[in-house]
Parts: sequence; C-alpha cells; structure tokens
Amino acid sequence: MAKMTLEELRALRDEKKKDLNKRDVADKTKQVVIGMGTCGIAAGAKDTLNAFLQELDAQHLTDVLITQTGCMGLCYVEPTIEVIAPEMPNVIYGKVTPDVAKTIVRDHLVNKKMVSEHIFDRPAADIIDRGGK
Amino acid sequence: MAFTNYILVCGGTGCESAKADQIYQNLLSAANAEGVHETVQIVKTGCFGFCEQGPIVKILPEDSFYVQVKPEDSEEIIKEHIVKGREVKRLLYDKSESKKHARVEDIQFYQKQFRIVLRNCGFINPENIDEYIARDGYAALEKVLFEMSSDAVIEELKKSGLRGRGGAGFPTWLKWNFTKQVDSEQKYIVCNADEGDPGAYMDRSTLEGDPHSILEAMAIAGFTCGADTGYIYIRAEYPLAIGRLKIAMEQARAYGLLGENILGSEFSFDIEIRLGAGAFVCGEETALLASLEGNRGMPWPRPPFPAVKGLWDKPTVINNVETWANVPMVILKGGEWFTQIGTEDSKGTKVFALTGKIRNSGLVEVPMGTTLREIIYDIGGGIANDKDFKAVQTGGPSGGMITKDYLDTPIDYKHLQGLGSMMGSGGMIVMDEDDCIVDVTKFYLGFTVDESCGKCSPCRVGGRTLYNTLDRITKGEGTMEDIDKMRSCGYAMQKASLCGLGQTAPNPIMSSLKYFEKEYLAHIKDRSCPSGRCKELISYFILADKCIGCTACARKCPVSAITGERRKIHLINQDLCIKCGICYEVCKFDAVYVG
Ligand SMILES: Cc1cc2nc3c(=O)[nH]c(=O)nc-3n(C[C@H](O)[C@H](O)[C@H](O)COP(=O)(O)O)c2cc1C
Repeated sequence: MAKMTLEELRALRDEKKKDLNKRDVADKTKQVVIGMGTCGIAAGAKDTLNAFLQELDAQHLTDVLITQTGCMGLCYVEPTIEVIAPEMPNVIYGKVTPDVAKTIVRDHLVNKKMVSEHIFDRPAADIIDRGGK
Repeated sequence: MAFTNYILVCGGTGCESAKADQIYQNLLSAANAEGVHETVQIVKTGCFGFCEQGPIVKILPEDSFYVQVKPEDSEEIIKEHIVKGREVKRLLYDKSESKKHARVEDIQFYQKQFRIVLRNCGFINPENIDEYIARDGYAALEKVLFEMSSDAVIEELKKSGLRGRGGAGFPTWLKWNFTKQVDSEQKYIVCNADEGDPGAYMDRSTLEGDPHSILEAMAIAGFTCGADTGYIYIRAEYPLAIGRLKIAMEQARAYGLLGENILGSEFSFDIEIRLGAGAFVCGEETALLASLEGNRGMPWPRPPFPAVKGLWDKPTVINNVETWANVPMVILKGGEWFTQIGTEDSKGTKVFALTGKIRNSGLVEVPMGTTLREIIYDIGGGIANDKDFKAVQTGGPSGGMITKDYLDTPIDYKHLQGLGSMMGSGGMIVMDEDDCIVDVTKFYLGFTVDESCGKCSPCRVGGRTLYNTLDRITKGEGTMEDIDKMRSCGYAMQKASLCGLGQTAPNPIMSSLKYFEKEYLAHIKDRSCPSGRCKELISYFILADKCIGCTACARKCPVSAITGERRKIHLINQDLCIKCGICYEVCKFDAVYVG
C-alpha cells in the first residue's frame, strides 16, 4: 500500500469496519443459531451458514449474530437453524438449504414474516434453563 | 469466504510467557488440519487484563472466555468448538457454573470496568494497522488535520479536563499550550514509556495491545504544538512492546500516516524510539530528557519546564503513555463526552495494575471516582486465601498506604493526595494480615535508595538515613526517638529534594506512621513483630497441648533444631533455630506458635 490520501483512508476504514464489526457482539439484537452437529454438517449446514453470511452482507444487516451449535435433535430435517429476533417468537426452521436461508433473511429478519413451510417444533421442552433467553 | 468464528489469543507479556504464542501456532495448524482455516480468523491481540487466569483465549461470536489454556488444548478448541460448535466446557472461566458465566460481560472482573485507554486491547491485532483504522483509528488525526485549528485542539483538551496519567496529574491542555505558544523553529513531542514503578504494567500493556493509539496521539500533539519530531522513551526490558511499536511505525509510514505531508496535508511528523536502561529516575521527565540527549539520567531543577525549554533546550511536550492513549478519543468524541466520565476534578478513567494479595490480579480500567473497595472486592475478588485486608499501596514507592477505614474513598487525584498517597502511575499493591507494615515500608525505601541518582543530598543522604532506621526497627533495635527523627527527616526530604523521587520517597513512611503507628511501637517497645515477618523479632515454639508427636516438623527442619520422639511432645532448640518457618507450615495440628 502506498501513501494514502484522506479519501483513501476513509474508504479503507469503511471497508475494514465491516469485517471488524462482525467480531463485535455487543450491539447484535438478532441471532441465528445453526445446528452444526455431524448430521447437520453432513446435510450441508456449512453451505447454509455461508449462505446466511452472504445474504446478511447483501442486505446490509449488521445486527445479526450468527452462532453455531450442536445437533438440535431434528436430524430428519437437517440442516436446522433457530432464529431469535425481538418481537418475534423463537423459531426453529428445518431443511434450510442455501436458498431457504436467503428467504429466511429476507422474510423473517427483514420483513418480520415467518417462513411457515419450514417451521418445525422444538423436539422437547428445554429442561435446562436457557438463562433468560 | 467470510469468517464465521474469531479466536482472539492474548498476546500480552504475561500470557506470552505462559506459551500464548505456542497456543496461537497450534490453533493455526489445527485449523489447517481440520480444513476450517478459511472460516475462522485467529488473531493475537493485546492484554485482556485478566492476567490471573491467563493464558486467555476468547472466541467470538459466542463470546466464550477460555482461561488457563495450554498449547495442548488448541486441537480440542478447533475440533470441538470451531468444527462442531460445542464449547470446551472445562476451559471456561468458573467451570462449576453453566455457560452464562463464560460470557465476558458476566465475569465480575469486567463488570465495573470502562475501557477508553484499553479500548482496543484484547480486541484488535496490534500488528495490523487496518484493524486499528477500522476502530476509528487515525480518524482523530484526520479530524485535527483537516477540520480543526491548533487552538481548537487545545480548547477541546481543556474542555475534557484530561490530566496527566504519569503521576503528577498536570492538565494536559496547559502543557501543550505552553509549548504551542513558544516561538521556536524546532519543538519535540516525547512519550514517557519508562514505567519504573514496581508492579506496574499499564503502559506496557497499552503499547503492546494498541501501539497505533500512541503514534496517532503524538502526531496530533505535533500538529497542535508545531513539532515535527517525536521520541518514545521506553525501557529496554519491554521487548514485545518495542517490537510492536516498530511494526506500527513502519505500517503508519507506509500508509503515509507518519512522515512527510501526512495524508497529503502540509503537516510532516515522524517518531523515533529510544531505549532506556531501566533506571527509575529516568521516568522523571527532566532526567528522561537528559538521558535522551545521551547524558547521564539525572534531573535538573524546574523551572525551566520542559514545555518551554526541554530536549536540547527546545520546547518539549512530554506525556505518559496512558495520557497519550486518551487523546484520540477526546478529539474524536469531544471534550464534553470525556467530562461525563469521572469526578469533579478528575475526568475519564484510570488504568490500574492490581497486584499483591488479591484474588484476581490483573489490569483494570475504571472510571475515576470508583472506590477502592469496588476495585479490590468487586473487580479483584477480594483478598486471596480468605485472609484479612490490611492496606493498599497506590502510587508505588512514591505513594502511601491506605487502610480499611478509607476503602470507600473515591479514587481521584484529590482524594488520594488527601490520604497521604497519590494516584501515581497506577500500581496498586494489596497487603493482607500477614504483611508487616514496617517490613513493607523498608522494602519501598530500599527501592528508592537503590534508584536515587545521588545528585541532591536530601534524597541521597535522607533516603539512606530512613532506610537504616527502618532496618534497625525491624531488628528490634529501634528507639522511641526514631519515630520523630523519621518524621522530620522525611519532611525535609519532601521539601528539599530536587525531583519527585526524593520528594515522594518518604510517603510510605509518613503514611504508615500515621495509620500503623501501633505496629512501629510493637517493634520498638515490645520488640515483637505482630505479623511474624521480622525474623529477628520472632521465635517459634511448640505448644505442648497440641503436639501429638508426628515428627513432621523434626524431619523437615533444615538445621535439625527440633528434637522429640514419636508420639512425644517435640521441642525447638532456640539456639539452633534459623526461623525459616518450615515447621509452622508443615504442622497439621496448629501446634507451632510464632511469637
Ligand atoms: C521518580 C519519578 C519517576 C517517574 N516515572 C515515570 C514513569 O515511569 N512514567 C511516566 O509516565 N511518568 C513518570 N514520572 C512522571 C514524569 O516526571 C512526568 O510527570 C510525566 O511524564 C508527565 O506526563 P503526564 O503529564 O502525561 O503525566 C516520574 C516522576 C518521578 C519523580
């Protein structure tokens, strides 16, 4: 990199900010939890995860936290994910292909509309206190 | 492909010495082996501050906080956490608790903290300028160069109320303004990174974790005061900080943020590093400048102040590392914002290195006005091993002892001074019931006597006199007159010494005489040491009603001073005993008594 002008410095800052913001967990209000157990990964959860990341970038959503978890117990409809967003019930989606992932970002996260054909029930009530989530 | 996980490995000196680099390397190779190297970014950051539990590894976005990590754990972290998404429970802080406690915001240590100076420590990679820039780095310099006049910068600093963090608490704007107003072709900007206070490492950690913040601040001062050259005076014992500074300077030059015509403006500024040899007195600003000039590090009488006549007789702004680290934030967020944090006479935050008999030792940054109790009990977790608190020393060898009765004192310049101590640079050493106040005071005096440069006699002779007196008292040879003699000798040193070293050296004595006179009297009148520390004043005895004759003490005694048969009461031969205390430690029946 050669010496920069003011404009170049500002452009660089904006670009790098995006990367670094992803590291910041403080002001994320929504969360997408992706089941990355063996079953999930075998069913393509990694592609799903990438699809989420791409679509979040495309929609300029910065308040969504993507996290991974183990198997959610719905192995027959993998990949499974859970979406947690304010003013919406926590929803588990199954058979989330990369395309479905994009739909979820647009409908659920942006337009606050659930994607009904992919909603699945929690397999059992959560017996471990979820810490007020 | 984008990153889904971030692993932040602490790269502070404490964690580095506990193999943090090996952990980092192992994480990298494990990520490669598992094929996840494209989705996880592994970054070595500056100090997290929670040194008691190091090495620390933090994983985002889950915000999992792994403590006491070993190089062998790297593979498991990658395989379990990154590949499978399962936290490695055994490495989480407070393993007995559920996941909740592994989140950084849930850890008591961080709860009362507010990070301005350490804003980037433990978050960015200090060796990557892009990450600093992404955190609004160099935005303050940008603002100053293109939107502000030098008067406006001074005005903003004045509004903020920022005072020096190196010890004396001098208003930063005033110092800059002195230099700015002097008409001179050549002026200098100096960063004081000597940090000689024993037990203190705030400045080192700031430089290691966020070196660019210092470079940016110095350039801002250069612009404001009309200087084109800066020096960072840093002790050679800080190799990691020096290395990171060098990398940062190279990167800043490559980007045109240091050097000729910064960002295409008229302003040119560059910085050089100068290594100090680790003498405490070289932290004193005039001695530091003498050392920078290549002379022996000895202070000169002020005035003239360096701001007017400093390095090579040119006007010189010299500030402490932590002061510098505040500057970009003051400029960027405004002086007004800064005044909202802190107390009436002390704005902003202060970083402390919390050490001694404390459960969570480490680096803490709190708003001014936080009480000592909050720092020691809420953040520090209280006294280690459930012992009783006795005193806390702030300001290192220049400070004083503060007792239990004053734990609710809000920490700011005024209150600490009122208690006979001082803010100092931020060392905070906690003492418990086992510490002998006279012995600790002797330790501090020993330090200042060693470090005195010898130029002025109040410090050279006075310090030695005080030390010798304390030494006699700890040996049971003190007299009642010694108390008054120490007070008047201390007073003379405070008034007549040339520099801050001699002026403050009596502080530990003056404050301990005030709050712990009883302990001095016990040593002098009763020839006894209540904490059992001063060897000449104590004896070990075996209590006949408690000893069961297990022989443990006799077997461990290095000088075979203990006699007694199995199942019979043992006896210590006082003529042979060297008072090492091993018998006291090994006895399981509390049968050994110190008196
Ligand atoms: C004996 C002695 C040692 C000092 N050591 C340091 C030091 O290690 N670091 C430091 O920043 N200031 C130290 N100071 C304070 C400096 O003289 C000076 O006040 C400070 O660098 C000014 O910067 P500030 O206004 O930003 O605090 C020391 C002072 C004395 C008397």
